[in-house]
Amino acid sequence: MAHAHAAMRPPAQAEPGAGVYTEKLGMWVFLGSEVMFFTALIGSYIILRFAHPVAWATPGQILNVPVTAVNTFLLICSSVTMVKAFAAIQEGDQRMLRFWLAATVIIGATFVSVQVFEYLQLAREGFLPSGYVPGSHLAESAETGAAYEGGAPLPHSVGLYGSTFYTMTGFHGFHVTMGVVCLTFVTVKAFRGGYTVQDHRGVEVIGLYWHFVDLVWIILFTIVYLI
Amino acid sequence: MAEAEHKHPNYVGVWVGLAVLTLLELGVAFLSWPKMTIILILLGLAVWKALLVALYYMHLRFEPNRLRILAVAPLPLAVIMIIAVITEYVW
Repeated sequence: MAHAHAAMRPPAQAEPGAGVYTEKLGMWVFLGSEVMFFTALIGSYIILRFAHPVAWATPGQILNVPVTAVNTFLLICSSVTMVKAFAAIQEGDQRMLRFWLAATVIIGATFVSVQVFEYLQLAREGFLPSGYVPGSHLAESAETGAAYEGGAPLPHSVGLYGSTFYTMTGFHGFHVTMGVVCLTFVTVKAFRGGYTVQDHRGVEVIGLYWHFVDLVWIILFTIVYLI
Repeated sequence: MAEAEHKHPNYVGVWVGLAVLTLLELGVAFLSWPKMTIILILLGLAVWKALLVALYYMHLRFEPNRLRILAVAPLPLAVIMIIAVITEYVW
């Protein structure tokens, strides 16, 4: 119905065909390809896990679920700040556009930093894509078959667990990093007054990418950390 | 006014919903229920969160139908891909 969308002024003239402007159509097609990309990673993980379930530790045993849960919440917050930035420029509020965009960049960069910190912690404990580092605390617990940190004994063959974990979260982290870089460009342009009520396509398009990155993490966090 | 009510989705409301669903996921993940039950519940909650982001933050709820079809189109292809690769293991 027209009234539902009338007040939400689109940022540019719609093209015939899909009924949206070209840049938005392009971003959605790109996101479609990204869906296939992450499906390939997650699909491989599902099959590997069903084939060799013993290679995985129980949730929370090795991976830091509380820290990552907070990180997940941070990324969700960044989606809110991103959409608030878009809502601001729809109203023509340049000040709040800049504020919310800057907030999104900062929160996104924080998410990546926490992930890097988590990777360093895991590597220090001996958890790598190739398996446990010989001589590490994890390797010794797996060899002796002792319960690890009060939980079940660790699996011996952990190459599958480590490599799927680092591949999936690593590629997602790379996507977030690229998103932060692009967001920085958009934020700089916003500070220079490059977006108006009539034309703020760049804000919407980078917003779509950023929400997609959040969406993928919602799925990944559940699959990788909680299952 | 009716137009003002439809002006924007309630972004903060959706954020609260996402936060609550995340907490629910954390609660369910460490229960001592059968593993498959936990997996199904967690996946359901994750899909719910993903739908909230897609419909309200990505504004799919308010986009033209042709764009919504485009956005949804990869999903059956993704399912086909996973089923096709699963047959490598099952057979």
